Amino acid sequence: MIDVQELTKIYGPRTAVDGLSFQVEKGEIVGFLGPNGAGKTTTMRMLTGYLPPSEGRATVAGFDTFKQSLEARRHIGYLPETVPLYPEMTVADYLDFMAALRKVPKRSEAIQRAMEAIHIEDRAHQNIGKLSKGYRQRVGLAQAIVHDPDVLILDEPTIGLDPRQIIEVRELIKGLAGQHTILLSTHILPEVEQICTRVLIIHRGKLVAEDTPKNLGARLRGAERLGLQVSGNGARLVKALSAVPGVQTVTPVSEGRYEIAIAPEQDARAQIAATVVKGGWGLLEMAPVGMSLEEIFLQLTKEEPAAAQESNAEPAD
Amino acid sequence: MTNSFVIAKRELNSYFVSPIAYVSVAVYLIIAGFLFWYDTVGGALNGTPPSLQGQFGTMVFLWLFFAPPLTMRLLAEEQRMGTLEVLLTSPVRDWEVVLGKFLAGLVVLLLAVVLTISYALVLNAYGNPDWGPMAAGYLGLFLAGGALIAIGVLASAVTQNQVVAAVVAIVINLLLWVISIAGQISLGSVWSQVFNQLGFFEHTLNFWRGVIDTNDIVYFVSMMALALFIATRVLESRRWR
Repeated sequence: MIDVQELTKIYGPRTAVDGLSFQVEKGEIVGFLGPNGAGKTTTMRMLTGYLPPSEGRATVAGFDTFKQSLEARRHIGYLPETVPLYPEMTVADYLDFMAALRKVPKRSEAIQRAMEAIHIEDRAHQNIGKLSKGYRQRVGLAQAIVHDPDVLILDEPTIGLDPRQIIEVRELIKGLAGQHTILLSTHILPEVEQICTRVLIIHRGKLVAEDTPKNLGARLRGAERLGLQVSGNGARLVKALSAVPGVQTVTPVSEGRYEIAIAPEQDARAQIAATVVKGGWGLLEMAPVGMSLEEIFLQLTKEEPAAAQESNAEPAD
Repeated sequence: MTNSFVIAKRELNSYFVSPIAYVSVAVYLIIAGFLFWYDTVGGALNGTPPSLQGQFGTMVFLWLFFAPPLTMRLLAEEQRMGTLEVLLTSPVRDWEVVLGKFLAGLVVLLLAVVLTISYALVLNAYGNPDWGPMAAGYLGLFLAGGALIAIGVLASAVTQNQVVAAVVAIVINLLLWVISIAGQISLGSVWSQVFNQLGFFEHTLNFWRGVIDTNDIVYFVSMMALALFIATRVLESRRWR
């Protein structure tokens, strides 16, 4: 449904997207993961025909997004990062406008269907400017599906929402799967794990990993880590813990705090706890250390560690 | 083309929920009305034959300042709100967006022009004016105003700040005025021909006299086309910036 070949975008001296190639099959929900400035928005803008590629090509529903831009756009529903709303319009009027621009036949039915899918029927005649952020995001989603497009392109659909709204919007997106092929960008890893069938990780405009969320998680959990806090003097502790089967490394973090890397296939946690208690130390805390996205990127971009570390400093796209 | 109408219709609805259009048109009508009463009615009472010839010149001059507040919002606000991105990624051509915005501005202009027909009715009630020149004058007013609306659309395309858009439009409009003044100053020299051909106000004079000259119509229509063409290119410039 989406076919991207060697897509490149150069802004002056900066290469925002660098020879990106990927495919999205019909019915998939693909997560586009990357830190700010990785080239996600630029790629999406090239897919929607807002920006032309510097090199390479992209086709959506069989149409070249540059040469047959209008045809391609007819098959796309797009939610940009800043939700495109006219605050002075009512929800129904706004959806009617978007449907008219996309030449939807039987507009009132299409609007009703979109509002039902997104659960905003009760706000149909409210002014958009008076809606909460969560509802605005939903209206943005509704305009993206009002013409029943084959492909949905959603740029950071959950950004800026509170946790409850995030869950709601994720559920809505999951509900849209099946009828639509979805490409959504995010920089939140759990989001991808919850909604997507496949993940593309891009970094500095290049594809660095492509996998199912499950495999990716497993790959990333090559070494699972535990944070440990104990009371008492721990000179011998490092040695004792290192002897536990499954423990790879033990790193003292601060007074009484340690970080332990364990092999994922062997659950060494019970053993570690037993060792601590038997040795006479007080076990105050033992918890898995979550991997932040930054760390995942560091891991995925090991071959160019300097570049990966810079990713934090890059400007947002 | 139908896309332009869809965009124009939405824009018109927005026009009438914000006070800017009402206030601009109202202030315009107040000033124009005062000058009408002072110059034209006053003149007629002193025995000058009733005509709107002077009033048309005044009204088109006022448009230099009252068209920009009507147009400043058109594209600048869409850029600021991020709505332009969705317009331009809908199956709509860039020029259709620009044309739609222009049409909406044109309708508001037409409304203001129609309201000033009251001046003609006043003259008609108290005197016996010649309707031919007045009809031509209103056509000229609409065409010249339309050119200023197109310039406003262009100014609104270059920035996402409404105030900047208004200032840019006023500066361009004043430049048109300066060219006309240069035409008068350089009278007699070779340059006067050039300035007279370019001059915005020179091309309105025939209308006020009741003469509809194709030359003048072509001037204003090409000015609209040029401004809208450049505005479209400005929107497209995102592609190579």
